[in-house]
Amino acid sequence: MSQTTNGGANSLVIEGVDAGYGSVRALEDVSLRVDTGETVALLGTNGNGKSTVMKCILGLVRPTKGRIVATIDGVAHDLIGKTTEAIVDLGIALVPEGRRLFPKLTVEENLMLGAFRPKARASIKTNLDFCYTTFSRLAERRQQLAGSMSGGEQQMLALGRALMLSPRILLVDEPSVGLAPILVSRTIDAIKELKDQFKLTVLMAEQNFHQAIRIADRGYVIVHGHIAYEGASATDLNNNDIIRQLYLGT
Amino acid sequence: MTSVAKASIEPRAKGDPVGNGVFAALTLAVAVLFYAVIAVIGSEYLYFAGYVVLQFVVLATAWNILGGYCGYVNFGSAAFFAMGAYTTICITTIASEYAKSAVGAAIGAVPPGVLVVLMVVLAGIISGLVGLGMGYLTLRLRGVFFSIATLALSVVLQTLVVNWDFVGGSRGAYVIRPNEFPLLPGGFIAYLFVLMLLLVVVALCVSRGIERSRLGFGFAAIRDDEMAAEAAGVPTLRLKLIATTISGALMGMAGAPFPYYIGYLQPQSAFGLEYAVNAIAMPMVGGTQSWIGPLVGAVLLGSFQQWATVTISSVLNLLIVGLLLIFFVIVAPNGITGFFRDLIYRRRRSGGGSGS
Repeated sequence: MSQTTNGGANSLVIEGVDAGYGSVRALEDVSLRVDTGETVALLGTNGNGKSTVMKCILGLVRPTKGRIVATIDGVAHDLIGKTTEAIVDLGIALVPEGRRLFPKLTVEENLMLGAFRPKARASIKTNLDFCYTTFSRLAERRQQLAGSMSGGEQQMLALGRALMLSPRILLVDEPSVGLAPILVSRTIDAIKELKDQFKLTVLMAEQNFHQAIRIADRGYVIVHGHIAYEGASATDLNNNDIIRQLYLGT
Repeated sequence: MTSVAKASIEPRAKGDPVGNGVFAALTLAVAVLFYAVIAVIGSEYLYFAGYVVLQFVVLATAWNILGGYCGYVNFGSAAFFAMGAYTTICITTIASEYAKSAVGAAIGAVPPGVLVVLMVVLAGIISGLVGLGMGYLTLRLRGVFFSIATLALSVVLQTLVVNWDFVGGSRGAYVIRPNEFPLLPGGFIAYLFVLMLLLVVVALCVSRGIERSRLGFGFAAIRDDEMAAEAAGVPTLRLKLIATTISGALMGMAGAPFPYYIGYLQPQSAFGLEYAVNAIAMPMVGGTQSWIGPLVGAVLLGSFQQWATVTISSVLNLLIVGLLLIFFVIVAPNGITGFFRDLIYRRRRSGGGSGS
């Protein structure tokens, strides 16, 4: 990826966000931040609002209260009220929960759809080459339909599709869902590699606590739609009774 | 509607040996050839029967742009078709009712051959706008809910027309089809046939052009996984609105010459069940993945219906269509084109080692 930035700040700040679906309140007063170059884990079990946070950032769900500000290459952008297309244009890419590939399109077509935005089209060739060198399985299967690939390959494709945007901030929603344990750790490693290579700022929602904190700099635990605990470091998260209690509900 | 969106196994063809211009020229050449054959045979019945089949080709192709490419099943095709037909009724009624006024006299002065073409254009604009409106109102609905909403649109529009006296209300309205047409040997019906043939060419070019463009690419993404498409930055709402507009416009254009063909238009026939059913059945029988599916389905089913009307019964038509549809959903869920494509693909894979 040619235009990877080293200088500019790429960070994300969420402040006091409320959001919901219809009358169901999913998030209450959620605040978190991801600083430049950090990998932050958003931890929590199913149904606690992790995906909703992701959707709010990308404008797929409209928060009823609060602020979401993304700083891209040193310029701050208020994300609330922006369309998803505009947010994607800024360089914020999402790897959705459950991968959400286009099953009846080929691997290559899936990757190309990651670069659907006019802004991303300029670097299609470099990004495509990059995806194929990083994930050689994808290169072998470029004409295969995405739906016919294994779970691990699909997760690589989902990551590749997000990278086609040349993102500054990468949102990864539950990369471990539906994968065998060995593939989970491989996927987590891949995220770390990509992050280091492109100086990405990463926010990763995950229920697999131990896998997530392997690569996370910091973490938040979300319970019933609000942030229950903020861990300043991975070790802090690891040896913590409050977490064990919140997380395991014991 | 997963059955509609279900793709064949083979990936879509890579590369594009035939450009849009070449394709248009080829289609036009085939159309001219087709007309020449019919004209040489010279039977008036062939013009009448052929017109209906061609009309269904346009309808099926138009339906497929929204239903096949985007995966949004429209049950309201009859409404768009009828809107086209009633555009013509409305304008011709203005000409006869207000013959003394400037507008009426001006319309009356236009020769019918030219007027039909103008009606096609006007119907395209009106139906396109209604398609856009329908999109705004319904495209936040997905799956079955969208389909029911389109069905409701059809019912609402029919009720409006039935209660609108100016266009004949429930009694219907006449349009006098001239017998002769100066340029063609077969008379005015031959002219209508040629007009519909040209609309087929237009519809096929539009449909194939979309399929191979970025627009079609975005449509395919919406069909496969709309949320993922949105997250990838595909402007899903705008793309769907484009699809409803184009689809609606083409359906309306197919309906505009209909009053001239039928001579006497009633709401029951314009909003007939056969249009809604055939517009869905034909692409599904032919295959919804590419432009050729609706063409194959419409030609086969349409011709079969014309034959059945003459030989068996005109009432049994829809029953036959229904049975065929059930048969195809079970035996070849990807339609005829999908079935053959899968067959070729499987054979190639089992025969020639590493596929593609």
